[in-house]
Formats: sequence, structure tokens, C-alpha cells
Amino acid sequence: MSAGAALRAFALVFLAALLQVGIVSALVVAGGAPDLLLVLVVVLALERGSVPGAVLGFAGGLVADVLTLDTLGLGSLVLTLAGFWAGRYGETVARSRRLAPLLAVGVITVLASVFSLALRYLLGEEVAAGHVLWTALAPSLALNLLLALPVLRLVRKVVGGPAAAEPATEVEVVV
Amino acid sequence: MVGALVLLALVLITLSVRSGPDGPLGGVQSAGATALRPFAVAVERIAQPFRDAYGWVDSLFGARSEAERLRAEVRELRQRAIQNDFARQENEYLRRLISYRDGPRFPAGFRSVAAEVIGRPAGEFTQAIVIAAGSRDGVRVNDPVVSADGLVGLVTRVAPRTARVQLLTDQSTAVSAIDLRTRASGIVRHARGTRETLVLDRVRKRDVVRVGDEIVTAGWRAGGLSSLYPKGIPIGEVTSVGQTDTDLYQQVQVDPYVNFGGLDAVLVLVPRERGR
Repeated sequence: MSAGAALRAFALVFLAALLQVGIVSALVVAGGAPDLLLVLVVVLALERGSVPGAVLGFAGGLVADVLTLDTLGLGSLVLTLAGFWAGRYGETVARSRRLAPLLAVGVITVLASVFSLALRYLLGEEVAAGHVLWTALAPSLALNLLLALPVLRLVRKVVGGPAAAEPATEVEVVV
Repeated sequence: MVGALVLLALVLITLSVRSGPDGPLGGVQSAGATALRPFAVAVERIAQPFRDAYGWVDSLFGARSEAERLRAEVRELRQRAIQNDFARQENEYLRRLISYRDGPRFPAGFRSVAAEVIGRPAGEFTQAIVIAAGSRDGVRVNDPVVSADGLVGLVTRVAPRTARVQLLTDQSTAVSAIDLRTRASGIVRHARGTRETLVLDRVRKRDVVRVGDEIVTAGWRAGGLSSLYPKGIPIGEVTSVGQTDTDLYQQVQVDPYVNFGGLDAVLVLVPRERGR
């Protein structure tokens, strides 16, 4: 990932964190709100790989935690893992699949919700699990899926297309 | 690399939880929040017309599915939207806030700090807002927060220029409250499984509570201890009352006066005795 692309990716993540906290979290439809930051991190990770995905996830989570005065590190942990997993998926099987962004955003939205719920429970916070899992998750999932393809287009325009595969350094000849 | 980031996140969580908001990490977070505040305020300002438009569309869809009584309200909202009268709405909201602050229902012994709502945490885990006022404005943890309609919540974290307010609809919020007409007392909590419905819990079966009664904060005082909330702040209206033979208490459902999704500005109640 070039320095320019990395800078643009960080700027996108920073802007997404601001928008998430300032606007997107308030756009509640049928009990759930979209998570623009999560969608952006997943899409960036799919396009640029697992390590950039994890780093961008960590940075985005940190900005969101600071802005909302939430427990520092909580958002970073969730988004670091989300970025890493999406990146690994992109690096292994997803590149050739057209529906990979939708699949990754869908699965990681569900996993991130469950993981955040578990983390907050472990930290002793009172969380309405029923509301999070049964009322809010389905509309949030639908809204995140709606965001996935427009965000993918935006990422390709601003940051660039998928990272080129590294050239092979050795070849194994099987006889 | 990824392992190091995960480890760093875990260290941050541990330090953040163990040292609390007053610890060294809390200071760093407060400084970060202060540094990012101009960006958050800028986004809020840019987003306001879009949020208003969204609020209008949202309320329109909600109202359409309701009975004829609300259809008139929808027409009124549509008319307002056609006129592009968002600025006037904001003006009205702030005027109501000022009118409440200067009116007889404003709690005695408190001064108000007006603050714009500049953020909401992502996800459904906490019902909270971030406001553009902090310790430099005299705001402290546990200060009650109100709007012109009634009780909004409680300040739970404070940075120099921002503060986090836990809403009344959060799972962990509980407020001593009474029925204004019958003086029946109980505790207002969030109703499980819903987003913006409250219940008045712990109401004894012999106490009388009727649909339509107004529920306000109790504001108790016992010895040197007192409630965090001053008495008489409106919370909501009773929408249903039920009881079964096996339950110890009545089941009272309360519809809050405050529209928690549409908060633009709030008042933080700061005790006058604290000074500036």
C-alpha cells in the first residue's frame, strides 16, 4: 500500500468515525442504526489486506472511542479483529467473488455485535442483550448491507482498487 | 503486527476500566476529545439539515401507520417540510428550552448549562449522547440533564469541553419517581426489549396509579443523602397499568415526554452551591 493510498485510507476512516458519531448513529430505522465505520473498515480490509485492515480498524475504533468518551480500546479491539478477518478473507478466497463485500459485511456485522456484547458483559456493563440481538441487529444488518456496495465504490475511487498480489519468490515443481 | 494491536487494545481497555475517567488514560482521552471537538461540532453543523430531513421522513412514515388523529399531525409536518422551515424549528426548540429554564418548573437550587448534542455512540449497546459542554463549563459526573419536555438522563463522563450523558432509556439508568396525582412512588427504568419505553417499577399494589397520570422525579432526601435528580422534573405519562396475583408490584408502563432520538440541545442542571 503506497503512502498516498494509506493517507487517503486513514482520512476516510477518520471522516467515517466523525460521521458515525455525529450523524449515522442517529439514523435509526426499525430499531437499528447502520455502522458506517464498521462497513468502511471491512471494505478497506477486503481491498487492501489483513494488516492494513487491522491498523485502520484500530485507528477508527480509537477515534470513535475518544469522541464518545466510551471505554478506550473497546471499539479498537472490535474493529481491529473485524479488519483482520475481512482482510484474511480477501487475501484467501474472496477476491474472485462478486458478493464477497456483502458476505463479509453481513457476517462481520453479526460477529461484531455478538463480540461487543460479550466484551461489555465481561466488563460488567449492563446491556440489553435481547434488544441488541433481536430488535436492532436485523435492521442494522440490512442497513450495513445497503451501505456495502456504495462504500466499496467510494473506497475504489478514493484509495484505489485491490492490492496487487505479491509476486511469487519461489516455485515448487511437482512431478 | 495484528497481535500487537490486539494487545494494545486490551491494555487500553484494562487501563481505561481500572483507572476510571479520572485516571491518566482518562486525561489522555479527555485531551483527545477536546482536540477532536471542533471536527465533531463541524460535522454536527453540516449534518443538521440532513438530520432534520431524515427526522421529518422518519416521523412521516411513523405517523402514516397511525390513526386519523395523527394524520393531521403528518400533514402539518409535511407542510413544514415544504416550507423548508428547519431553522424556525430549531429556534422554537431553543426558545422552549429557555422558557423552561426561566419558568416555574425549573428546579430550585440549580443553574443550567445549555449544550448542543454533538454525538451518539455507535451500536445499540448504550443509550447515550455526547454534548458540547464539559468540566470547563462547570459540568460534573452525576449532574442531571433535562430538555424542555422533561428528564433526559445523567452525566456519566466529563472531558474539558464535552460530556457523555447516559439517557433515561439506558439499561442501567434508574430514577426514583412518583405519580404526581396520587403520590404513588416507584423506580423508573428502561422497559426490556423496547427502545424508548419506560416502566415504573416497585409500585405497591395498594397504591393508585391510573392511565394518563404524570410521572415526575421524586427527589428524595434522607439524612445527608439525597437523590441525584431534583424533585418534580417530568418524566412521562402512564400508558398502561396492570397487576397479577403472583406479582409483588404493579406493572406500570410510562411513555417518556422526551423524544430521545430527536434531541438537538439539552440543559445540564448544575447545583448553585457548587459555584463556577
